[in-house]
Amino acid sequence: MAKRIDVTGLTAFYGAHRAIDDISMHVEPRSVTAFIGPSGCGKSTFLRTLNRMHEVTPGGRVEGQVMLDNEDLYGPGVDPVQVRRTIGMVFQRPNPFPTMSIYDNVVAGLKLNGKFSRAELDDVVEKNLRGANLWNEVKDRLNKPGSGLSGGQQQRLCIARATSVEPDVLLMDEPCSALDPISTLAIEDLISQLKSRFTIVIVTHNMQQAARVSERTAFFNLAAVGQPGKLIEIDTTDKIFSNPTQQATEDYISGRFG
Amino acid sequence: MSDTVKDLNGRTPATAATGKDGAAADGGSPGGEGRNGKRSGSTRVLRPATLKQPRLPRWAPAALVAGSLGVGVLTGVLGGLESRLQWGLIAALVFVAATFAVTTIVEGRRQATDRLAASLVWTSFVVAILPLASLLWETIARGIPGVSWYFLTHSMNGVLSWQEGGGIYHALLGTVQQVLLASVIAIPIGLLTAVYLVEYGRGRLAKTITFFVDVMTGIPSIVAGLFVLSMWIMMLGFGYSGFAGALALSILMMPIVVRSTEEMLKLVPGELREASLALGVPKWRTILKVVLPTAIGGITTGVMLALARIAGETAPIILLVFGSNMINSNPFEGAQSSLPLFVYEQWAFGTESAYDRAWAAALVLIAFIMILNLVARGIARWKAPKTGR
Amino acid sequence: MPAIQTDSSPPGGGLEPEPRRTSAVRPGDRIFSGLSKGAGITLLVIMAAIAVFLSIRAAVAIEANDGNFLTTFEWDANASPPYFGIAVLLFGTVVSSVIAMVLAVPVAVGIALFISHYAPRRVAGILGYVVDLLAAVPSIIYGLWGALFLVPQMTGLYSWLDQFLGWTGVFAYDNTPARSLMTVGILLAIMILPIITSVTREIFKQTPKAHEEAALALGATRWEVIRMTVLPFGRSGVISASMLGLGRALGETMAVATVLSPAFLINISLLESGGGTFAQNIASQFKEAGSMGRDALIASGLVLFLLTLLVNGAARLIIARRKEFTS
Repeated sequence: MAKRIDVTGLTAFYGAHRAIDDISMHVEPRSVTAFIGPSGCGKSTFLRTLNRMHEVTPGGRVEGQVMLDNEDLYGPGVDPVQVRRTIGMVFQRPNPFPTMSIYDNVVAGLKLNGKFSRAELDDVVEKNLRGANLWNEVKDRLNKPGSGLSGGQQQRLCIARATSVEPDVLLMDEPCSALDPISTLAIEDLISQLKSRFTIVIVTHNMQQAARVSERTAFFNLAAVGQPGKLIEIDTTDKIFSNPTQQATEDYISGRFG
Repeated sequence: MSDTVKDLNGRTPATAATGKDGAAADGGSPGGEGRNGKRSGSTRVLRPATLKQPRLPRWAPAALVAGSLGVGVLTGVLGGLESRLQWGLIAALVFVAATFAVTTIVEGRRQATDRLAASLVWTSFVVAILPLASLLWETIARGIPGVSWYFLTHSMNGVLSWQEGGGIYHALLGTVQQVLLASVIAIPIGLLTAVYLVEYGRGRLAKTITFFVDVMTGIPSIVAGLFVLSMWIMMLGFGYSGFAGALALSILMMPIVVRSTEEMLKLVPGELREASLALGVPKWRTILKVVLPTAIGGITTGVMLALARIAGETAPIILLVFGSNMINSNPFEGAQSSLPLFVYEQWAFGTESAYDRAWAAALVLIAFIMILNLVARGIARWKAPKTGR
Repeated sequence: MPAIQTDSSPPGGGLEPEPRRTSAVRPGDRIFSGLSKGAGITLLVIMAAIAVFLSIRAAVAIEANDGNFLTTFEWDANASPPYFGIAVLLFGTVVSSVIAMVLAVPVAVGIALFISHYAPRRVAGILGYVVDLLAAVPSIIYGLWGALFLVPQMTGLYSWLDQFLGWTGVFAYDNTPARSLMTVGILLAIMILPIITSVTREIFKQTPKAHEEAALALGATRWEVIRMTVLPFGRSGVISASMLGLGRALGETMAVATVLSPAFLINISLLESGGGTFAQNIASQFKEAGSMGRDALIASGLVLFLLTLLVNGAARLIIARRKEFTS
């Protein structure tokens, strides 16, 4: 049930500081959209406004509109808990719950939403671990702690955990930056499989990665340190990497700065 | 967890086999719910129909607090319950129960559990703050009338328990002398032990010392008193004196000094030591001239907190200093008094004027200790940037 | 420059590997390391001396005791032959401390959560500070407040308990002044609250942000985040903090001596006066005790010492194991 996201005039604050300014864009369902840009340009902050994680940070505040199909995430009466439940997230560093087994990690989100029979849970665990290309590696030690896995395996476990609640959208905040090249490749493969089921938004520092996995790419930039980050342009990945309309994008892509 | 293991082990081979084709089929199906039909009780659709969630209005918690307070007071008055404790307990119970009930109806179960937890946390906060606030309030309100210059500068010599007047000069003098003597003993030993643990200590001896320092922190003050009693007074035959009390206080003080100094020394960056050693400065001079001065702010704070802690000790003083109504300025000979002991003695007399003196002395004691604490924390804050904390 | 290199290891670096020739060159180093090592050993000697001296005196008393040290219900240590036992004291000490634990731990965990996860930031800072200050209030002041303010407040609550739960016997109440083990337990709970809170709070604060965010991103409410990440992470910390609090409660003297109306009997009802604790008994009997009486009190003090040693040792071991586990 992948959904489309429409953002209009979104501004995010840390206390009095304006982190990103007046961003409007849309994200296509069942495709991968990549956010690129130099450090501090607000791409991670913007990502966190898409599932209302930004307001968890002390002083975090958001203005503007984010439509998921036809519901405004920031509309009156909307429960941030439901939003996060519907829009899953994978973080920069793999963060499986250290006190839970691999099995319990996968079903952690599910268990919040009600009672399930053992068979149902078993099903979900297997399906999502297979979906995360992890099943064959861990099927014999499902009851072992998740923290015993390698970094790449842990990150795939986190992806399985996020997909297990069947979200509409999957947000990924530099999911490979803490991983070695081989694990990175495994995650990238996984992303291209997952896009058939989810709307995926990925923040990355790595332009090759953006070129490899995404259909559309958004370039963010900031005028100077301390200034708010802005969306410079968003288009198909081919277009951004071969023939961008903005000079700043071209400079960044060609490695002239950042 | 063991049943999980069994369950999984028993099940794994079978599903692993069926799973293979399942995974292939899964790849394309959007929700991946294709396989659910095979199992009875298939996975329910989890996705909420809407992101909206009926919520209680913002003023609801305040209204619930007010309402439950009202119920508490009302039952208290109508039921003729004497103690305010009962009123408060009724109000707290009504608040927690009502919040849970109302939220369950309006927002649903999960939100209700969340609110229940929040209201319990708030309630426990209030439950804890009340007695502590009352303690401070009572001490201040009942103590202030008794505190005067006369009270601070006279002893209890010749004042009978039911009479008014008298003062705490002898007790103040005793407390100051005993605490100073105790720190003269405890600070060098404590500092050196901390230096040993951080700069030299390795292996089994250091581990043993660390463990026993921790355990020593938990020695009841009365046990420290009994130890000095059995050794100093009963075995070695010395009499009651301020010094005997100071010995017991120093035992209580040492582990606190070690602990805080250790923490501070560990914060001194290793590069500082290396820089000094690389200049050819011997290790002991490095410690004395570089390491200790860098950490001095934090160490002072720790020592003052330890002082504040032992200044309020009563139990060993009862056993070792014995108590006296007269001014005895020699801590090495004869019974003395101390502030906490004075409070205890006056309480034990049980007359109104003695109670007044007890509260007044308690106020002086609390003020003494709070000033030590505030100054100590002030030093900690003032020195903080230099130690890189 | 091998000597310098071994020396320059950061905190915890040792002196032992230093070659012998340099130690001959630097008597200063030798003296200083000897002094600091000596100080550490002094601490161990003091701990040993406490055990030895208390045991010697205790042996004298137990030798002469006409009653059974463990099971006798009376304390007549000044008589000849002396007749005393610690049954009542052990009961009173354990019961009042357990009451204190049961009341204080949940509330302390609540306040710690309040400070770490519920209160606004600035409020949390101030509160943490206040909690630390309260930990410094001397026990005699808690005792004075307990005896003169808390005791009269408790009668209403106790007759209430008697009304509803009096049939159990444990909560029977005879409307005498509430100078009972229950009041002592409540007062001890108030006293150990700050220490348990401040240790627990520190541990809750260390919960990795990444885990809390992971739970949030799954659509967990604030309480579910706490239940999934903060509580499992802090569990052993809460246990050891509680045991530190228990250690305090076991050895508390003045607050018990002022509040409790002692009697050498074990009362089924926790609300009625009577009973005693080790520390309270020592403080109240000391002035009237003769030489044998003191030895008997020291014997009871030895039991208290061992009890607190056990509890504190266990708490520290849990903390130490946790440290290894997390680092």
